[in-house]
Amino acid sequence: MKTFLALLLARNKEFYRDRASISWAVILPVIIIMAVSVAFSGRDQQLFKIGLLAQASTQNVARVVLSDALQKNYIEVVTIQDQEKALTRVRHHQFDLLLQQTESGWRYWINDNAAKGEVLQALLLVSAPQAHKETVSGRAVRYIDWAMPGVLGMNIMFGALFGVGYVIVRYRKMGVLKRLQATPVTAFQFLSAQLISRLLIITVVSGMIFVGCDIFLDFLMLGSYFLLFIIALLGGFSMIALGLIVSSRTDNEELAGGLLNVASYPMLLLSEVWFSLDGAPQWMKTAAQVLPMTHMLDAARAVMLEGAGWRDVSVHLLVMAVMSVVFLSIAAVMFRWGKN
Amino acid sequence: MQPILVIENLRKQYGNVLAVENVGFSIAEGICFGLLGPNGAGKTTTIEMIEGILKPTSGSILYRGAPRSNNFLQEIGIQFQSTALMDFMTVRETLKLFSNFYDQTESLDELIRQCDLGDFLDRYANKLSGGQQQRLLLALAILNRPQLIFLDEPTTGLDPQARRNFWQLIDTIKRRGATIILTTHYMDEAEQLCDELAIMDRGKIIARGSPAQLLQEHFGYLYVCLDRQDCAHVLGDFVGVEMHGERVFIRTQSAEQTLQELMAKGVSLQSLSVRNPTLEDLFLKLTGHHLRE
Repeated sequence: MKTFLALLLARNKEFYRDRASISWAVILPVIIIMAVSVAFSGRDQQLFKIGLLAQASTQNVARVVLSDALQKNYIEVVTIQDQEKALTRVRHHQFDLLLQQTESGWRYWINDNAAKGEVLQALLLVSAPQAHKETVSGRAVRYIDWAMPGVLGMNIMFGALFGVGYVIVRYRKMGVLKRLQATPVTAFQFLSAQLISRLLIITVVSGMIFVGCDIFLDFLMLGSYFLLFIIALLGGFSMIALGLIVSSRTDNEELAGGLLNVASYPMLLLSEVWFSLDGAPQWMKTAAQVLPMTHMLDAARAVMLEGAGWRDVSVHLLVMAVMSVVFLSIAAVMFRWGKN
Repeated sequence: MQPILVIENLRKQYGNVLAVENVGFSIAEGICFGLLGPNGAGKTTTIEMIEGILKPTSGSILYRGAPRSNNFLQEIGIQFQSTALMDFMTVRETLKLFSNFYDQTESLDELIRQCDLGDFLDRYANKLSGGQQQRLLLALAILNRPQLIFLDEPTTGLDPQARRNFWQLIDTIKRRGATIILTTHYMDEAEQLCDELAIMDRGKIIARGSPAQLLQEHFGYLYVCLDRQDCAHVLGDFVGVEMHGERVFIRTQSAEQTLQELMAKGVSLQSLSVRNPTLEDLFLKLTGHHLRE
C-alpha cells in the first residue's frame, strides 16, 4: 500500500506541475463547449422532426399522411418503437410531433410549449382531420444539452486513453520503467497507481468542466449527480484500461499515437459524441455497442436529459464494468517493463 | 566462504545474434568485481540478466547458493548505464519516493551527506548536471542498504574530476562491506576500484583474475618508452620494440639493463618514461584490438 500511495502521489505531482498538460486538459474542452454552443445555437430552426411510433416498414405511411410537399427536405421522420422514449423526446422538443397509426385512425402528440409542433399539427390535420391529439409538457432540450455529455465524454476519453497511454510509453522509452523494474515495485502496483491517478485527474478535470459549463450554459441535468459520477467513473476506468492495453509494450510514441487514434476515432464517430445515430444504418448502431464510450454517453444522456435512475442504466453500467475487467486483464497480461 | 553469486553457462540470444555466450563466474562477498570490455562486448546484457531485468536464454544464476527469490530486489541496488527519473520531481522527492519501495532504508540525511546531494535537493531530478545525476542515481542504488550493488558504466560521460569524486564514493561504499559488480570500459577505473576482473569480448569472458594477477600472468616485462627521434638509430639493436605514433616502447625484463644499454649507445633520455603494462595492453594482447574500438 505504501508503494502504491507513493507512486500515486508522484504521478499526481508530475501531472499538476506540468502546466502544459493542465492547460490542455482544462482549457481546450471549455473552448470546445463555447464554440459548440455558439455554432449550434440555431441548428434546430431549419428542420422539422417527426417521430413515428411504429415498425420501420410503416414509415411510408407517415409520408402519405403528411402531404407530398413535406416529403422532400423539410421533415425528418424517425421510426421509434418505445412509446416512453418517444414521449420523452417530445417533452424535450427533440421530436416536434409524434405520430401513431391505431385501429381507429391517427393519434399524435405535440409539446404544448413547442411552436414547431403547432405548425406540424396544422399540416397533419389537412390530410388527417380526424387525428386524435394529445399533449405533453417539458423543457426543450437544446443541442448543447444533448451535446454536453458528449463533450464531457470526449474529454474523459482523451484524458484516459492519451493521458495514461503516452505517459507509460514515454516512461518506457526514457528508461523510467526500467528503473522501477529494478526495485521491488510490482507491475500491479505501478499500473494501479497510474490508473487511479489518471481516474482522479479526469474526475477532477471533468468536474471542473461540468461546473464551469453549467454556470455559463445552464445545461439540462434532470437525474442524480451521484449516478452521473459513477457513470463517468466507470466509463473513465474502462477507457484507461483500454489505454493500458495500447501502451502495454511499445516504446514508440508515434506508434502509440497511431494506436490511440485507432482506439479513439471509432468512439468519436460512432458513440454519438457530436451527432445522433438515429438515422444511421443498423450495423453502425450495433458496432457502436462494443465501444465503452457508447455506453457511457447513453447512460449519461439518460440521466441528464431524461432523469433516468440506476435501474434504467444498469445494463450500461454492467457492460462498462465487464469491459473494464476484460481490458485490465488483457493489459496486465501484455504489460512489459522494458522495450519490446 | 560461500560466494554471493555463482553464474553458470549464462547465454543470451537475440534472433541470430548471440550477445552472451556461456558466461560463468563466481563472486566472493565483499569484493568489487569488474566486467571490463569494449562497448558491445556483452557486459550490460550479462549484468542485466543477473539483475533480473533480462531473461537469460539459458544458464543458471545462484544468489547465496539458491535461485533468486522475490526478496532479491529488496537486497540489491542497481545503477543503470542510462536511465531517467520521473519528470517534475525534485531530488528530495525522488529519494522519498524510492525509499517507499523498500522494507529497510538508509536515513535520507545520511544518504544526502554521503552522496553530496545537499546543494541541489530541491532541484528537479531531470535538470541536474551529469555528475549530479550520477550521484543521485548512486544514492538511489544504495538507498536500501543493499548487500549487492550493480554499477553499469557509472562514470561514462563524466569529466575527470567528477569521475574521481565518484570513485571515492564507490570506495566508501565498498569499505562498508557491500559487494559491487561494476562494468566499465575504462581500464583506470577497473584498476582503481576492482579486486577481481573478468574481461569480456564478443559475448565471452576471455580472462579472469585480480588486476595484478592478470598483468603478472600475461606480462613478464616493463616498457621503456622514448620519443622516436631520440632512439631511431639504435632500435635495430633491441628486440620487442613497439611503435605507437612518435613514441617507441621497448619491452624489457630489466629496466636498469635496458637503460644502461641505451646510455652506452649515446641515446638521449630526456623523453624517457618507464611503465608497467596496463589492462589496456592486456586487452590489446588478448584480442588484437583496443578497449574503446
